Amino acid sequence: MFSFILRKLATVIPTFIGITLVAFALIRMIPGDPIEVMVGERKLDPVMHAAAMQRLGLDQPLHIQYFRYVKDLAQGDLGISLVTREPVTKEFLTLFPATVELAICALLFAVLVGLPAGMIAGLKRGSVFDHGVMGVSMTGFSMPIFWWGLILIMYFSVTLGWTPVSGRIDIEFDIAQRTGFLLIDSWLSGEEGAFKSAAMHLILPTIVLGTIPLAVIARMTRSSMLEVLREDYIRTARAKGLAPTRVVVVHALRNALIPVITVIGLQVGSLLGGAVLTETIYSWPGIGKWLVDSISRRDYPVVQAGILVSATIFIVVNLFVDILYGVVNPRIRSAK
Amino acid sequence: MTTQVQIADVVPSYPSPLKEFWQSFSHNKGAVVALFIFLSVIFCGVFAGWIAPHDPVEQYRDHMLTPPSWAGGGMSTYLLGTDELGRDILSRLIHGARISLFIAFMSVLMSLIPGMVLGLLAAFFPKGAGTVIMRVMDVMLALPGILLAICIITILGPGLINTMIAIAIGTLPSYTRLTRAAAMAEINKEYVTASRVAGAGALRLMFLTVLPNCMAPIIVNATLGFSSAILETAALGFLGLGVQPPTPEWGTMLSAARDYIERAPWVVTMPGVTILVTVLSINLMGDGLRDALDPKLKRAA
Repeated sequence: MFSFILRKLATVIPTFIGITLVAFALIRMIPGDPIEVMVGERKLDPVMHAAAMQRLGLDQPLHIQYFRYVKDLAQGDLGISLVTREPVTKEFLTLFPATVELAICALLFAVLVGLPAGMIAGLKRGSVFDHGVMGVSMTGFSMPIFWWGLILIMYFSVTLGWTPVSGRIDIEFDIAQRTGFLLIDSWLSGEEGAFKSAAMHLILPTIVLGTIPLAVIARMTRSSMLEVLREDYIRTARAKGLAPTRVVVVHALRNALIPVITVIGLQVGSLLGGAVLTETIYSWPGIGKWLVDSISRRDYPVVQAGILVSATIFIVVNLFVDILYGVVNPRIRSAK
Repeated sequence: MTTQVQIADVVPSYPSPLKEFWQSFSHNKGAVVALFIFLSVIFCGVFAGWIAPHDPVEQYRDHMLTPPSWAGGGMSTYLLGTDELGRDILSRLIHGARISLFIAFMSVLMSLIPGMVLGLLAAFFPKGAGTVIMRVMDVMLALPGILLAICIITILGPGLINTMIAIAIGTLPSYTRLTRAAAMAEINKEYVTASRVAGAGALRLMFLTVLPNCMAPIIVNATLGFSSAILETAALGFLGLGVQPPTPEWGTMLSAARDYIERAPWVVTMPGVTILVTVLSINLMGDGLRDALDPKLKRAA
C-alpha cells in the first residue's frame, strides 16, 4: 500500500512542476512587463523603470527568476497584490473557506441526491422514474449554470422572496471568524438568526454549483449499477438465496461505487470552474469571484496565484481519489 | 448532415453504412428530435441575415424593454420583446446562433485536428515524443476547462478569435488522450502489422491505416465537445471575457440582462432557454451517435 501511494505521488510531481512553470510564464506572457502594468496608463521614467525592475529581480535571467519564484512558493509566498498591496497569500486564506464551504455543500447535495436517484433508476430500468431521472440529469448536464443561477434568483428571491439574492450572510450579523466556514461560525456565535441567515444564503448557490455534478453522478451511478447487475457474482448471490436488498446493497452497490468515486473526484475540477460562475452570480466572496475580479483589474499576481492554487487543489484531490481507488479495489494497487 | 457523410466515409466495411447508421440512430427517438432541432438552429445561424426580422444591433429607442408579443404590452413586431437598448431579442438570438455555432465549430476543429495528430504521435512513438506530449497534456488537464480558458484570455485579451483559441486549447488534452488510447488498441492488430510489413511508412500507418479505425469515439467526443464549447463560449461571454458587445452572443446577452431581472424577466429567460435547448439537443444527438457508432454498447442495450 505504501509503495502504491509513493508511486502515485511520483507521477504527480512532473505535473506540479509544469503547473508552476505555467503560472510563472503567465505573468511574463502578458503584453507589457509587470512594472508597466503596475503604474498603469501613466508614463514612466526609464531610470525608475530600470530601478523597479532591479528591485523586483526582473532583470535577472529567467531561470534564476523561476528558481526564486519556486523558493518563495515553498515558503508560502504568492507575491503582492497590485491593487490592494496586500500579500496574496493573506487574501487567499480569508477567501478560501468561503469557496470550500460552498463546494462541500454542493458536492454533498450532488452525492446525496444523485447517488440514490441513479441507483433506483438503475434498479428500475425502463420505469417512469428511470426516464425521469435520465431526462432531468440530461437537462442538468446541458444547463448553462450562470443562467440557471439567474433563473433561481428570479423565482425564489425576486418572485417568492424566500431566499436572499447575494452574499454569505445578512449585514446585520457580525460574525467573528473562527473556522472561516460561516455555517459553523454563525452556529458557534449563538447569535439568534445568524445560522438561519447563513444557511438561507447558501441554498441557491449550492443548488446551482451542484447541478452539473448531480447530473453526472446520477448518470454514472445508473450505468455502473446496470453493468454490475449483469455480473456473474450477482447471479450467484441471487442463486444462493440472498435477500434482494442484501444483493443490491452489499454485493452490487459496493462494486458499482468504484467508478462513481472516480467521477466524484473529477467533479472537483468542474466545481472549481463552476465556482467562478456561481460566485460571480451570487457575489459570493470566494476565490472564484476573486479571480474574475482580478482579471478585470489586471491584478496579475492574484491571477497567477489563483491559477496555481486551483490546479494544485485539483491535482491533490485527484491524487487522493487515485489512492482511495486503490483502497477500495485491491486489484489496482498491485497492478503496475 | 455533415457528420453522417463523414461517418459513411470512415466506416466503409458495411454493405450500406449510411443506411445501417440511420437505422440504429433513428431507433433513438429523442436523438432524431434533437437532430431536427439542431438542424433548425444551424439553419437559423446560416441564414440569419434573411430570417431575422430586425438588425441585431439596431436600437429602437422608443421601444426599450418591450415585453414578448404574447405578454401584456407586447408588440407583434418584436416577437420575443426587446432588451434594455431596444434591440430585438429574437433577431439577436438568431444572429447569436451564427456566432455560437461558428465559435464552437472552429474550436472543435482547432482542437480535434492537433489532438488527433498529437495522440497518434504519442501512440506511435511512446518512448520519446509520447512521454513529452502526455506530460504536457497532464499539466493542461490539471486546470479545469474554464480556468484554463480564463488563463489564456488573460494573456491574449478577450474577443471572438481568442475565445475560440482558449476553448480549443482547453479541450486539446481530451482528444489527444482519446486518440492515443484508441490508437494504442489498434496498433498491435494484425492489419497494422501486415501493412507495416508491406512497407507502409509511419505517416501512412498513422493516418490511413490506424486513424480511420479510431474515429468512432473521437466523433462522439467531438459532438460532446461541440456542446460544451457552446456552453463555455456563453460562460466566457457572461463573465465579460468572451465576445464583446454589441456582438449578439448568447452569453454576452445574459451578462447585460442581470440588472433587469426584476423589471424584464424575458431579457434573462430567452437567451438561456436558447442555450439550453441547443446544448441539450446536441447532447441527445451525441447519445444517439454513440449508440449507433459503438457496436459494443449496441449489443449491451
